[in-house]
Formats: sequence, C-alpha cells, structure tokens
Amino acid sequence: MKNDQTITVIDTSPPRRLRLPVAGMVGAGIIGFWILIAIIGPYIAPHEVGALVDDDLFGHMRWSLPLGSDYLGRDVLSRILVGARYSIGAAGAATFLAILMGGTLGMLAAVSRGAIDMALSRFFDALISIPSKMSALVVIAALGSSIPVLISTAAVIYTPGAFRIWRALAVNVNELDFVEVARARGEGTHYLIREEILPNIAGPVLTDFGLRFVFAVLLLSSLSFLGLGVQPPNADWGSLVRENIDGLAGGAPAVVMPAAAIATLTIGVSLLIDNLPGRWSSTGEH
Amino acid sequence: MNTAVVRLIAGRIVIAILTLLFVSLAVFVGTEILPGDVAQAVLGQNATPEAVAGLRHALHLDQPAYIRYFLWLGSLLSGDPGRSLVNGLPVATLIASRLPNSLMLAFVTAVICVPIALMLGILSAVWRGSRFDRAVSFVTMSIISVPEFMIATLLVIVFAVNLRWFPALSYAAGKVSLDQFFRLFALPVLTLTCVMIAQMMRMTRAAVIDTLRSSYVEMAVLKGASPIRVVLTHALPNAIGPIANIVALNLSFLLGGAIIVEVIFNYPGLARLLVDAVSTRDMPLVQACVMIFCATYLFLVMLADISGILSNPRLRHR
Amino acid sequence: MAPVIKVENLRVTAQDECGRTNIIVKDVNFEVQPGEVVALIGESGSGKTTIALSLMGYARSGAKIAGGRIAFGGRDLLEMSSRELASLRGRDVAYVPQSAAASFNPARALLKQVIESSEIHRVMPLADAEARAISLFRELVLPNPEHIGDRYPHQLSGGQLQRLLAAMALVTNPKLVIFDEPTTALDVTTQIEVLRVFKKAIKERGTTAIYVSHDLAVVAQMADRIIVLRDGAIREVDETGRILKEPKNDYTKSLLAAAEPRVRAATDEALRETSAQPVLEVRSVDAGYGALDGEGSPALTVLRDVSLTIKPGTTLGVIGESGSGKSTLARVIAGLLPAARGEVLLNGERLPRSAAQRTRDQLRRIQIVFQMADTALNPARSIGRILGRPLEFYHGLGGDKRRRRVAELLDMVRLPATMAERYPSELSGGQKQRVNLARALAADPSLILCDEVTSALDTVVGAAILDLLAELQREIGVAYLFISHDLSTVKAVCDEVMILYAGQMVEHGSRSALHQRPLHPYSELLIASVPELREGWLDGISESVLKEASAGVALPSRGEACSFFNRCSVRIPGRCDVEPPPLRRLTKGAHIRCQRTEQELVQLPAVAIQKDEERRVGTGTAKTVAG
Repeated sequence: MKNDQTITVIDTSPPRRLRLPVAGMVGAGIIGFWILIAIIGPYIAPHEVGALVDDDLFGHMRWSLPLGSDYLGRDVLSRILVGARYSIGAAGAATFLAILMGGTLGMLAAVSRGAIDMALSRFFDALISIPSKMSALVVIAALGSSIPVLISTAAVIYTPGAFRIWRALAVNVNELDFVEVARARGEGTHYLIREEILPNIAGPVLTDFGLRFVFAVLLLSSLSFLGLGVQPPNADWGSLVRENIDGLAGGAPAVVMPAAAIATLTIGVSLLIDNLPGRWSSTGEH
Repeated sequence: MNTAVVRLIAGRIVIAILTLLFVSLAVFVGTEILPGDVAQAVLGQNATPEAVAGLRHALHLDQPAYIRYFLWLGSLLSGDPGRSLVNGLPVATLIASRLPNSLMLAFVTAVICVPIALMLGILSAVWRGSRFDRAVSFVTMSIISVPEFMIATLLVIVFAVNLRWFPALSYAAGKVSLDQFFRLFALPVLTLTCVMIAQMMRMTRAAVIDTLRSSYVEMAVLKGASPIRVVLTHALPNAIGPIANIVALNLSFLLGGAIIVEVIFNYPGLARLLVDAVSTRDMPLVQACVMIFCATYLFLVMLADISGILSNPRLRHR
Repeated sequence: MAPVIKVENLRVTAQDECGRTNIIVKDVNFEVQPGEVVALIGESGSGKTTIALSLMGYARSGAKIAGGRIAFGGRDLLEMSSRELASLRGRDVAYVPQSAAASFNPARALLKQVIESSEIHRVMPLADAEARAISLFRELVLPNPEHIGDRYPHQLSGGQLQRLLAAMALVTNPKLVIFDEPTTALDVTTQIEVLRVFKKAIKERGTTAIYVSHDLAVVAQMADRIIVLRDGAIREVDETGRILKEPKNDYTKSLLAAAEPRVRAATDEALRETSAQPVLEVRSVDAGYGALDGEGSPALTVLRDVSLTIKPGTTLGVIGESGSGKSTLARVIAGLLPAARGEVLLNGERLPRSAAQRTRDQLRRIQIVFQMADTALNPARSIGRILGRPLEFYHGLGGDKRRRRVAELLDMVRLPATMAERYPSELSGGQKQRVNLARALAADPSLILCDEVTSALDTVVGAAILDLLAELQREIGVAYLFISHDLSTVKAVCDEVMILYAGQMVEHGSRSALHQRPLHPYSELLIASVPELREGWLDGISESVLKEASAGVALPSRGEACSFFNRCSVRIPGRCDVEPPPLRRLTKGAHIRCQRTEQELVQLPAVAIQKDEERRVGTGTAKTVAG
C-alpha cells in the first residue's frame, strides 16, 4: 500500500502568505499541541511512568487520575504524556531520515538524468515492491527490536517512496527553462539542486513529509501493537493499546485514550495536508 | 495484438522476474547475513559446540554466503523451502495449511470492496466539491489515518461486545455450519473492508478526476452529453490503466497487510504465521512467507501494467 | 431578419487563487445574423474564448456567467436548466476547439466521436449520421474518407484532426458554429489548407459562425464582421474591410500595426562590409536524441548536416515549422545537447560539444533566451538575484558593484531599477522576457541565441521586444541567432535567413534574397502560406501550393534523400528520394539544397501557376495569384 500513486502538481507562483481553511487550522493546532507534549510531556506528567498509583485495575476517570489507570494500576495520563515522545519522536526521526536519503537521491537522479537516474530509479522500484510491514518484520526478526532499529527500519522503508515523489517533483522543475538556462551558464549539480530545484518544490515536499509521517506513526504503532515495536519498560502509544487490550470489553480509558491519541495525531496531520492550497500538494493518495 | 504490444508485455514480465530475484536477494541478505548465529539461537546458550557445529553444517551455514543463496533459491523454486527451525515441520506444509485461509479472506473482502470502492470513487469524482464528496472524503481520510488495529478494536467493541452479533475471535477448530462461517468471517472481513474501501476509493477518485479534467471531456459536455455518458464513455475508458493499478495495489495489500487483522481476530492465515515466525526467529519460514507476499505483489502489479498497456489505444492501434 | 443569437450585457466573473472575484467579461453586446461569420478578435486575456463558451451556456471551472441575456431561438440561454442546455449543445450550437489532439477521446474511434452529437440528440438514424459524416470528410478533403473514421486520434496529424473536429461540429447541421482558434496550433503550411476547407464548408452551406482568433490576417479571410475585444470589453465592431482599412479605435490600430512588423535589421550593405571573422560557425552538424548507433548517429536524428555562420553584430534568422529542428540547433550551439557529428566554432575556436566541458569564458560568450518567459525565470528568486548570478558567476562581481550593474542591466532593457526586488510572478509576460534578455546581457556575450522569444507574447508586446533587440544590437554590437516559426518576424529582424525543413537546411541567404525568385520549393510554399492582411488572400492561393500544403507534415529526415520529397510539386521521383540534394549557389547569392537547377526552378513553378490560372479562367473564378 505504500506504493505512491504520484499525482504531481507544480505551480510556479511565488511564496505568498498561506491561507488555510478552518479544517486545516484545526489540523495545524492538533499537530502543534502534540509536538509540544512530546517535548514537555515527561516534565508535566503527574506521576512516575512505572509507579503503581491505583489499587483498581483499569480504574475509571476521576480528578486524581484524569484518564484512569491501566492493567497494573499505573496512571494512564502520565504514560500517554511520556509515550508521546516515542510515538512522535521515533516516527518523526524516521520520516526525516527517509526524506533526507530519498529526497537527496531523488533530486540527484532528476538533475543527473541518464544512467544515474536509471540505476537509482530501478533500485528503488525494486525496493518498493517489498510491502512495508514485511520488511519491518524481516529486519526485526534478524536484529531484534530496539528504538534505533525501529527508526532506521522505518527510515529505510519510506526512502523509496520519498525518492519517487521527490524525483517526480524535481523532474518537473528540471524540465523548466530556468534550469536549462542555469545549465547553459555552466552551473554544477550542487548549485542546480540547491538554488533552482529545492526552493521550487518546497511546498509539495512539506506535504510529502506529513504524509510519510502518518505512515510512519501507523507502522510503528502497529508494530508495537504486535509486540514487535518499542519494548517494555518503555512504551509508545501502540504498546499502551496492546498492554491494556484486556480492558477493551469494559471500555476502559486505559485502552481508549492511547488509541485516541494516535487517531488525533494522524487525523490532525491528514487534515492539515488535505487542506493545503493546491500548489502545496504532492500526492493524490498513498 | 501487435509486435510492439507483445514486446512491451514481455518487457514487463522480464522486469517482474528480475525484481523478484532482487527481492529474494534482499530477503536473503536481510535474514542471513545479519549478526546472530542461527544455529546458536536455535539450540540455545547451553548447547554443546559439537551440536552447534552439526546444525550449522546441516543448514549449510559453514558454506560461503553466495552458495547458500543459490542453494536456498533452488530449494525455494523446487517448492521445498526447508524445515521450520522451531518445530521441524516442513515449511511447505505449514504454508499449505494457512494459505487457503488467507486466500479465502482476501477473496471475500475483494468481492465486497472492489465494486463499492470503485462506485464511491467515481461518484465522488463526478460530484467533486459537493456535500457528498466532502463527507465521503472526511470519513475515508479518517479511516486511512487511523491504525488498522484501532478499526478492528472499534468493530469488536460495537459488534462483538455491545451488540453480541459476532464472536470476537474468528476461528473455531473443526467443522462449522454455513451460518457460523459467515459470523466468524464477519469481523475480519468488515475491518479489512473499511480500510480497503477507504484507500481504494480515494485513489479511484483522484484517477477519475484526472481524466475528467481533460479537454475531450469538456468537448463531450459541449456536445450535449449527459453526465452519465461523459463518465461512462469518455472518462472511464481512459482511466482503466490507473484503476487497474489501484486495484492491484490494494489486492496485494489484502494478502500481506492483513497482518494486524489476522493477529487481532486470531485468524490462522499466512500473515499470522509470519508474525509468529518473526517472534520465534524461524528464518526459513519468514523467508518463504515474505517471498510469497512479494511475489504476489509483483504478479498483481505486473497484471495491472499489462492491462494498462492493453487498454492504451496508442499501443493497441498503431 | 431576426438574429441567430443576440448577446446583451453579458458579464462573466472568475475567482482567482486568493478567492477574489474579477470581472473577465464586461457588458458585452452583439448579435449575429443568419449566414454571417462574426470574428471575435483579441489578445490573451481579452475574454474572447470565455464569451464564445458562454454562448453555449458554459463557463470553465472558476468562472461564472454573472449577468446579461443571451437570446437564442427566442429563449434566454442563461435561464435554461442544465438539461435544456445539454439538449442545445452539439445540436443547435456546435463548438470547434483549438487543440484538436486533446479534444478527441484517445480511447474511441473517430467516427463514433464525430457522430456522437447526432447520437445523443437523436437527430437522425445511426446509418444516416455515418453517411453524412463520410460525405463531410470528403467535403473537408480528408484522405480516405470511407475509412478514416475507423482510426484513432493518435494516428492522424493535427491538420487532419482539426478538419475532423469541423465535421463533428457540422454533423448535426447546427444553427451556429463556434470556431475557437481552430488553426492556431497548426503550422502555417498546414493552416492554409484547413482554412480553405473551413471557408468552403461555411460558404457552401451558409453556416452562421463565430470565429475566435488572435490573428487578424486569418480573421480577414474568414469573417464578414469583426468584433475587437480587449480586457473583456468590446473596443470596435465593424465590417472586415472597414476594420482593415479605416480602423477607428486606437487599440485596433496598434493591432494592425503590430501584425506587419517593420524591418529593423541592418542593411545588406552594412553586412557585406564586415569581412571580420564570424562570431559563430557551425560545420556539418548532426544531432538528435537517444543512444548513438554504431556509426555515431543518434536513434532519432533531428538535425542533419547543418552549417551556418554568423558575423559579429548581425542577426541570422532560423525559420522552420514544428519538427524542423530549429530549437535543437540552439541547444546544440549552447552545448545543452551535444552534437553527434560536426563542430561548433566560436570566434574561430573549436568548442567542446557539451556545455559541461566548455570553459567558463566560452560559456559566457554564448547566451540563450527561451520562448516561455514564464518558465525561464526561477519563481523562487527575486529579479535582482536572477540577474546577479551571472554577474557573480562570470565576472566575480559582488556587493555594491553587482547591485549597480543589475540596475544598469534593467535600464538597458527599459525596466525600472526597482524591479530588482520583485519576483517573476509579479511581472507581465513582456517584462519577464526583458528580464530574460537582461540576464543574457549580464554575461557580456558576443552571441545571444533567441529561441522563439516573441512567439508566446501578444503581437503588440512582441513587437516592442523586437525593437529592443534591434536597439541593443546597435548599442553593444551583439550578434543574434534568431529562431522563429514566423516568417514576418524573422524578416523584420534578421540580416540573413536560413530555412530548415525536417532537420535539413533547404535555403540560406540574405533577407532580401527571400523576395527574389527562384526559391527552394519549400521556401516558396512557406512564403505563400503566410496569411496576408487583406481580404481575398486565401481565395487567391495557387493550387500547387495547396497541394503541397495538404500533402502531410514534416517528418524527421531519414537517410540521404530530400526531406521535402513527399510534398514537393517539382520532385523528380527516382532521384530526389534516392540521392542527397546537392548544395547550389543561386545568382541572387543564396544557397539552396535541391536537385533542380536554378534554370529549372525559374521555369517550373511558373508553369505550375500558369496551368492553374488557365484552369481557373476556364471555370470563371480567376483570382490574383499570390506571389
């Protein structure tokens, strides 16, 4: 499913002030909120993550424990606040790395054309044919699960997709006459990428970052849910859902709340990128 | 059919085979070259060096990597991908017991999803910007943005826990009546359906909108064609290639991406076999499962490419 | 007589990117009488297509018909429901769009699409519609009329598709046909044939038509009455002859003036005096795309054995239609596309084929300016930065010095110095093209390659750019290679002219030599095809020209034979399609590539024209023959 059906829109109008519809504003607000939590979460958490604070298991919501307690009687709010770091941080880092590798190589392929482009494109086309969850499972089977392994695995998985989109965007710009003028002037590859290509694909590329970030959050939380992601005693939101799954029958906040956290984060990002003006959009769908 | 089309199709097939070879190499490298001694892992820390050496020899671990790759590839092609490291059963047997279940799940879901998703996608594209389009877009966007395990969990709460229509676990051993069969199947299929329809519908919408923007569609409107005629005779025939691609991508997802659904509903399909194999580091099984998924993916994408070539009038009529 | 259509106070609005509403058509009033052909003429943004489409009750996405009345058949079109509109479109009002290739559904056979309106509106039985379509194909001089409908759009040429579009519009015998720039996308030599059959079809059946165009010369052939539009409002309405002879509105006058550019080039005497070394010399260049084969020829050869020289401070015009390889020539000289064979010399010094291997100084001396002013400027950079880069790159200028030089450059192209802080999107098309020129000047080049620099601009704006080019040449003595598909522009600015056909040079000589017979048969066709700004030009075209015009399109040359063979009316089968045409020097000083000797060329076309005239006199339709 991570095969990007790229529908590339290039608009060469200048950077103007971004005008967002309400839905986009809501999305941006949610993202801002969660990023803030990821940074300050551990400092504002009312309890220690591991501390047993409730005698009840799957305790209900009340003033002292606003989001109730989990299957061991720990504070769910604190665990979500601290878990934000793993969910957002790991996915963000993986996305960043994927875009750094895929994006750079994609632009390089577009500007170099010819054999380099051919070789890189074929290589990433082949890589993309391994379903993302498959590659993740294989690597985790071989290396075990740790945060660096998870981040680098997710990064490698999303590199081919980033490569494809960045290359498609850069190829469109690369065909424009101003790049041809720069080439005729004698400019080198580095200048062409930095000055001519990059500033003109910045908008779509940010959208692509958002999209890929959503994929990464979904993948990492799914892995955690399967027990193959972040390992105890650390816990991201996916692990929180997994460890409290027994509370599902009773509708315990311990399982509902982390799930809601994931949903608000990913829907927030989707809302924002769905509502960006046309010239920012990079993809139809994933 | 003409020679150019045949040549193009042959090219696709060759590319698919080469890609599959590349994937097999990647899978092999990923599972074999990485650190950790499989023999040691299988036998545990207390095994005698002799026992470890014996197992290493039996698994050809004492041979150079490239020889092991060809040995492995040969056994894979001959339909005997070795034995499980965990329970010693032939991998082929293990897979054979699970594959029909996965195919069944995929088939039932596909039969439900494909028509609904294509219909919704086309309608949204035709009525783009309408209230219907915006509502469908928001719902599908939310479904896509949420992990599958959450959708599954939600459905369990609603249908199994609150309404008690279906059992939360899908598979009972032994024979089941037709009625039971449907009820057991219901939740896994429903979960997959939600996710698939959302994805497929959005992609279809984008593909159809793309053709609706073309000049020949405007021309058809200016000839007085009704909206239905515009879509059926002008937009859709030109969207066959992209739509075939969309269906192929989603079907391959059904087989491989059903991991979460199979685990949650305890459904004995191939994907759960893979997850179990990963957690026990049962490499021959992991390799075989991954290869099946990748081969399916490549096969479906190849079919989509070929149908794209065949539906392209530029190639068909020269 | 009651008008077929009557437009009153039509007003169309459009929303821009920021959600502001702009009026793009303001209070337009006009009517069309039965059997009349009315032209809507104007430049880009004049609202001519928007008005034409609103006559079918249609507005493109983003636009909205905001007010007014369009009376058609006793009813107001703008009051109709979408169902009523649909029953009108294609049956009573038909549309012929500009881009034929994009307007046909690639997945359906052509006949089905041609008779589709008849099928939708159930005008006649299917078999009758097919028979009618085939008779229309015959009338529109399409090849193989019985079977051309079984083919698919990509199998036909642009000129043929355009005629099929006309058949599609006429199949239901509509009360009004709207032609929207139907020949603008075609080459001139293809255009004349299409115009001829359109005019004949319109005349013979007394069709009422609206003809939308930006080209006054074309409109002069087609229309009875002309409506001049600018910025969505009507400037002048009059009979065609009166508009051409005694325009009242200033804007109409400027359009007429720009349609026939005056000569700005250096005189021939001045050219002959310069015996200096040529600034650029191209020797027997072959170039193309795709991998090179064993003999070093590219998979798709676009240029074959092209040679030229440009003397310092002069202008060489390269003229050719689409596919002639003229832009490829500029790319080869700039090193963007390395030649497969031959060499390029700058001031007598041999240049490496690829730009990547040329020295910075070699690169500096040849600059290139492209056709699309929009895409030639990096939208993310300010004008100052765009102009500053070559100064820094070639001359190492920085800081204040660079800023001063940028201001000087802007002044050279007649732009205010404050422009440096603006971004490309804030500039008009003409201003952008001036910036492009300034960027080329920043390098201090000895040669500027101008690739269709005025083709994307409106005629009035383009004329000002041509003036600027001529002024700059006088001031700083730069040489130009001026590439264009438009003969009148080339004649206006160039000292020497080279005519390319399908990758081969067919004629090369001084500008004045273009006015002297004999000419290469293709040059003859090209010159005869350019519409003239007078009524009756189209009716006076000789048949031999028409035959060549309709004989198909330019294909990249293969092998050694003459690439014009298929269309040539004086070809020698067995020789022209076998041997390479020799290079001949004519007494007028020009070179041509042709098997025919000068003597033969002097006599042959004359014979063809004479025969033609005899036949016309015989049928009583004698007209003046275009020269």
